[in-house]
Formats: sequence, C-alpha cells, structure tokens
Amino acid sequence: MIEFDSLSVEDLSRHFGRRRALSHVTFRAEAGSILGLLGPNGAGKSTLLAILATLLQPTSGLVRYGSLAVSGEGDGSVGAATRNPALRARIGMLGHDLFLYPELSARENLAFFAALYGAPDAQASATRALERAALSDRGDDPVGSFSRGMRQRVALERALIHDPRLLLLDEPFTGLDDRSVAVLTARLRELRAEGRIVLLATHDLDLAEGLFDQAIFVRDGRLVETARQPQALRTMYQSVMGKGRA
Amino acid sequence: MSAFLRVAWLVLRKDLVVEMRSLEIVSTSLFFAVSCVLFFAVAFVQEGRPMEGAAAGILWIAVAFAGTLALGRTFERERQSETLRALLLAPADRPALYVGKLIGIVALLAVAEVVLLPLIAYLFQAPLLRTPLWMAAVLVSGTIGYCAVGTLFAAMLVRARSRDVLLPILLYPITIPVIIAGVRATAALLEAQPDLEVVRFWLSLIAAYDVVFITIALWSFEPLMTD
Repeated sequence: MIEFDSLSVEDLSRHFGRRRALSHVTFRAEAGSILGLLGPNGAGKSTLLAILATLLQPTSGLVRYGSLAVSGEGDGSVGAATRNPALRARIGMLGHDLFLYPELSARENLAFFAALYGAPDAQASATRALERAALSDRGDDPVGSFSRGMRQRVALERALIHDPRLLLLDEPFTGLDDRSVAVLTARLRELRAEGRIVLLATHDLDLAEGLFDQAIFVRDGRLVETARQPQALRTMYQSVMGKGRA
Repeated sequence: MSAFLRVAWLVLRKDLVVEMRSLEIVSTSLFFAVSCVLFFAVAFVQEGRPMEGAAAGILWIAVAFAGTLALGRTFERERQSETLRALLLAPADRPALYVGKLIGIVALLAVAEVVLLPLIAYLFQAPLLRTPLWMAAVLVSGTIGYCAVGTLFAAMLVRARSRDVLLPILLYPITIPVIIAGVRATAALLEAQPDLEVVRFWLSLIAAYDVVFITIALWSFEPLMTD
C-alpha cells in the first residue's frame, strides 16, 4: 500500500491540442490540511483535479504523492500514474456529478464501490458508510429518490469507502441547502483531523469561508496567488483575480 | 476468482441490476428491433409469401440496429452521473471494466434475439429454430464480435458531443465482416439441407474476428479511457 503525507505539484502543465488548460502550476499540500482551489469557471480547477486523480496525464511537470513522483509526457514514466492501481487505491474523488447510480439504493451503490476497491466485506463497509452519512434508515431506498444533500452525503462516503489518503472534491457545495453545507463542512473538518490531504475546488467562497488551511487562486490555467490560513475569502478573491486585469 | 474476473463480474451484475430496475435498454432495443422486422415483413412478404433468403439478412440488420441503440444507451447511463469516472478511478484492471460491460451488452442483446428468432421464423416462414445449437453458436459469436467493437467505440465516444451520430458511423464499417459472416452462416442454416461445412467456415471467420477485436479492445481500452 502506498503511503504519503504530502502532495506536491511542480511546474505542472496540461494542454488539450493548442489550448492551454494548466500552465506551470506549483503548490504543496500537507496531511491534515484542507487546500482550497479557487478560480472562476474554466480556470483549470477540474483539469488539475483530474490529473491529481490520475484520470489525466500532465503534458509536463511533476506530481509527487509523498516520495512517489509522477511526471508528464516526455520522460520514461508516461502513464505511470494513470495506470498505477496502488496509487488509485489511495485517492478518493467527489465530482460535481456525484458518481452514483440513481437506480441503485444507497447501500447497493456503496457496496458496489467497496467491492470494486477490494473491501473484504463490502456489505459491512456499506453499512458503516451509511452510518457515517446518517442515512441508515434510508439505505435501501434508490439514490434517485434522495434530495441533493442526501445524495451528496452518500457520494462523499462513496469517495471515502476505501479510506483514501488524498481526497479531491470538485464543487461539493453546489445545490446544497444551509444544513447540508454545515454537515459537509463538519465532515471535512473531521477528515482534516484524521490526517487526510483534502483538496477542494470551489467558487462558493462564502460557504468555504474559514475552512481552508491554504488557498491557491487559479486563473486561465495559471496559479496567480497562494495564501495560508486565508480569511475574508471573497475580498481576497476579488483582489487577487483583479490583479493584472483591466 | 481472480481480481480481473471479480471486477468484470461486479460490473456485469451492477449493469444487469440497473437494467432490471429500469428495463430501459431491453425495452427500447426490443421495440426498435421488432419494429424493424415488422417493416421488412410489410415490404418483403407479398400475399403470404416471403422473399427468398431475406430472413437471414433481416435478422442481422435487426440485431445490428438494436445493438447500436443498446451500446449507446449503456454508456450514456455511465455518463449521466459521471460514474464512468468513478469506475476508472477504482484500483481495478480497467480492461476488466470493458469485459463486464461487453458481457452485459451481449446478455441484453441475447434477450432481443430470443424474441426476434421466433418472430422472424414465423413472419418469413424461415426454419431458424430447426438447428438451435448451430443458430445459437452463430448468433452468440456474431453478437460478441459486434459488441466487442461497439463497446470499445461507445466507451471512447462517451464524452463526444455527437456520440449518437458517430457511433454507427464508426461501428458499421468495421463490423461489416462479422455481419456478412453472420448473414452467410445463417443463410446456410436456412437451406433445405443445412450446409454445415459453409456454416463452420463462416463461424471460424467470426471466431477469428472476435479474438482479434477483443484482443485489440483489451489492449487499447485503458489508454483510450485515461487520456
């Protein structure tokens, strides 16, 4: 099993044909921290998360999962990350779409993914996940009948069902009511306390206020600012994103 | 059970459970295939007498059309909630995901074929059920070949905007050999005295096609899906 206590991104770029989605991005995240990835739509946040999740290869640059370095095209390790099941086993991802089958019940969804990740007792893993999501009483209902907040809770536990070291979240607050946001925020703080590395991409700045240990600001595929223990996110965001404009 | 087969089985079982709940693919592909056969029956059966040799071609056209519909739909389902990404994120052999999907689509098409065979046999007065084992061998091997290519293409096109148009455009030219072989083998089975030598020849051609395209798909599925 691959263990790592930090995630380093070094001079990472990704091009789609002639379009530059990410350009020379560098940052580092430590275990037991939540890193906010902030920027407008199309800034490259989802591309960055996809690379970190090993779903995409970088065009150039390096990602270090602890001591395991994964580089882009141009050296001998092309595809090393995208084809490394041991590394994928340590990464959890929650996308904007929730990665759940609406026809299946919450228990069936969780058991399916637990089995896919090789859990020795998938049903027991699903039961524990349902308890953490506070949905034990609705576990046998189809996910399609759930509210957005309930689906989000199931989806988060699906992303955590294999006890990942690195958790990647893409716009997790979208469509949630205040109570669901509070539940999600509390769960993310628990994950930080458990020592996981959490990366959260969002443009819901008010909802993410006070959550991040570090924030990086991305615009047009470039990292424009890094802030530790960021406060007054919206003001900071406007200030950072306004730089170099006009 | 090996990890590869376990993953393929998990994906297959999940797909079948989802389909049993929704009946979406079976009902639409079956409706489409039966409609297709009925249209051909109206055109090719005159005064109760069908055009000679039409049954084999109509069977395979109906299978191909229903298959295209099923292939598109099964991956559309994975796209809607981005569950394909979740499958690719799992630390499983990615070709096993392909195998699970392939077997699922073949199973769903087999349901359509079970309905099509007696329907075509009745409407076109064709002895399709006279040699059931040979017929099953031809249909199953041909369906596997067709779906082997189709599953790979449908997975590749899942993020393409015009995937519904592109899938048949890419799929039909490449699957022409397996469709022709299926038609010829079926026609040989429908002769007054089934010509088993001819059936064996076309079956071996289909088997070779299956082996080649399943091998290509297993080899190319992972790189095609991850970048």
